[in-house]
Amino acid sequence: MAAVKETVAAVAELEKYQHGFVTDIAQDFAPKGLNADIVRFISAKKDEPEWMLAWRLEAFERWLALEEPDWAKVNYPKIDYQDSYYYAAPSQKAGPMSLDEVDPDILETYKKLGIPLREQEVLAGVQGAPRYAVDAVFDSVSVVTTFKKELAAVGVIFCPISEAIREHPELVKKYLGSVVPVSDNYFACLNSAVFSDGSFVYIPPGVRCPMELSTYFRINAKDSGQFERTLIIADKGSYCSYLEGCTAPMRDENQLHAAVVELVILEDAEIKYSTVQNWYPGDPETGKGGIYNFVTKRADCREDRAKVSWTQVETGSAITWKYPSCILRGEGSSGEFYSIAVTNGHQQADTGTKMIHLGANTKSRIISKGISAGKSSNTYRGLVSAHPKAVGSRNFTQCDSLLIGKDCAAHTVPYIEARNGLSVFEHEATTTRLSDDQLFYCQQRGLDTESAVALLVNGFVRDVLQTLPMEFAVEAQKLVAISLEGSVG
Amino acid sequence: MTMLSITNLHATVGDKQILNGLTLDVPAGEVHAIMGPNGAGKSTLSYVLTGRSGYEVTGGSATLNGEDLLALAPDERAAKGVFLSFQYPLEIPGVPALTFIRTALNAQRKARGEAEITAPEFLKKARATAAALKIDFEMLKRALNVGFSGGEKKRMEIFQMAMLEPRFLILDETDSGLDIDALKIVSNGVNALRSPERGMLVITHYQRLLDYIKPDRVHVLSAGRIVASGGPELALELEAEGYDKYVQVAA
Repeated sequence: MAAVKETVAAVAELEKYQHGFVTDIAQDFAPKGLNADIVRFISAKKDEPEWMLAWRLEAFERWLALEEPDWAKVNYPKIDYQDSYYYAAPSQKAGPMSLDEVDPDILETYKKLGIPLREQEVLAGVQGAPRYAVDAVFDSVSVVTTFKKELAAVGVIFCPISEAIREHPELVKKYLGSVVPVSDNYFACLNSAVFSDGSFVYIPPGVRCPMELSTYFRINAKDSGQFERTLIIADKGSYCSYLEGCTAPMRDENQLHAAVVELVILEDAEIKYSTVQNWYPGDPETGKGGIYNFVTKRADCREDRAKVSWTQVETGSAITWKYPSCILRGEGSSGEFYSIAVTNGHQQADTGTKMIHLGANTKSRIISKGISAGKSSNTYRGLVSAHPKAVGSRNFTQCDSLLIGKDCAAHTVPYIEARNGLSVFEHEATTTRLSDDQLFYCQQRGLDTESAVALLVNGFVRDVLQTLPMEFAVEAQKLVAISLEGSVG
Repeated sequence: MTMLSITNLHATVGDKQILNGLTLDVPAGEVHAIMGPNGAGKSTLSYVLTGRSGYEVTGGSATLNGEDLLALAPDERAAKGVFLSFQYPLEIPGVPALTFIRTALNAQRKARGEAEITAPEFLKKARATAAALKIDFEMLKRALNVGFSGGEKKRMEIFQMAMLEPRFLILDETDSGLDIDALKIVSNGVNALRSPERGMLVITHYQRLLDYIKPDRVHVLSAGRIVASGGPELALELEAEGYDKYVQVAA
């Protein structure tokens, strides 16, 4: 109840894109453009061992041979990969540091974004409130990671991936690229060559991570791309919940964000991964600017009874190309995908999931809610497949689309492949228009148009919001409301 | 004193003229019934008064306590205290009834410059109101009207009305779809809201509802205007003789 109230208040109070400011700080850039020397430059900046550089260079060679995919239902002018910076970092000493050493302007940025970087600020909150450990990634580097000590006490490793490459090479070597191979696709391959930073998490066997882990990605520099890499490993019988948030300044130029997220889940372990994506969506009137969000996210339920759950709230980006997927390899493993994708203005989203059932008795569940407004286009694209050994596997898919206004589009493209006779797949899909009758009914009870839209839309996405950790749910609800401001009447 | 004052109201839906010079006054504290044949403009009147889009006023006026209603947005009219009990209440998926009503109540309060209702205060009121209307409190936690029967939906309209405490009530065919027990409960709910400060407009086809909600005045609406007015006996006469004679008058 309180959350709905807050949504309504949020609609009244907040600007359309409130994270669009630029932090003016000195930054180090790699020279513009992309070649093997840039890859070496990035690797050297990160003080990487030889094997990592070799891995990157191999990825770069393969990338040169790949073609940019064009099957998604999105249109954009050809990207000039030589016209971008592949490394941008605040000018400061390299490596992990204490909060006192971080540029105050950066701290101010995160404060404005509402991200708690001071542990005592988090602790000062209400007793019993959930705590969050944060890894803050600013352009190409991680500037600070909180609660590392407390997590280390239970054996959890939570650090920038650049640090993990130096400090925990055995884990990185074993798992990096094992879920999303280097040449999996064009954007993942590019990421493998030039990835700058991101988070690394390892949960040891039997450990239930004592707090929520989160990474907050901020693109600040002009003409730069962000290529973060996240690797999370949940060892046998462990559990962790991980949150990811993203914002960027308002700029007229498009910026590329090509991330790779790999999750490895071993026997009886579970990862819950939530994203609230709020990259700058471009100008709502002209469609100018905005982030191109080409992301590869995949979870590998590598052993028996492993469990993964993806929840995503996608409100930003000019273009979204993203399919968080689950490979259900272990017997009895399960994958869930809950998604809310909101498009307004000139945004284009082509998003969904892949549920690949390899093991017997694997289960998956897909709940997708697409909301299109303005002149936007919103496509759900999903694959559910069962391989010959995946007997007794089950999937339930529900795709609902809500249209607001006359100029938007919603598409649903489900692919279903069953290669054995003992799998059960269910697929339900609905498309509805936000009805004038419902709007009038709400207005007659005293809600203005924007509050009425917010209430109806929050109702539409409710079953997905309920899967988010509470504080993220409130945030997500506000975001959805703000994204749809001005979409009616 | 006159609360709702409608003078020579003309309105169209699309290019069709529906209201044709309707004039009607409802003083505070009174209940007026509007009866009439199908297509006379009864529902149109309720939508014009509440500001539904697509219903265009082409002439005349409507004021509430001297204030021009027609110049206000639908939510502003609601905040002034105009409430419509819908003939076909809408389903609001994913929004629990209690959430919906509390959001609406606070929006109205905010518009009037009043403080929001506190959660305990709201729940106390909701429990008492639900009990009076014989509504299972658990039902109020479900999405508003989704999967509710016709009778449950109507009861939920009266529940909302009791919670929002409007100053002027419009009941559009509230009796349709109700069995006799539900009709009594709903009527009791409406009667409980009768007060010297409130006005009511009860739109109905049938006299039956007026056995339970006793009107002060009865008006016959035909072809978009009031063609006859009288006391409660007029409703009984209509029940016995039908609308034929008024349809001819209007034509």
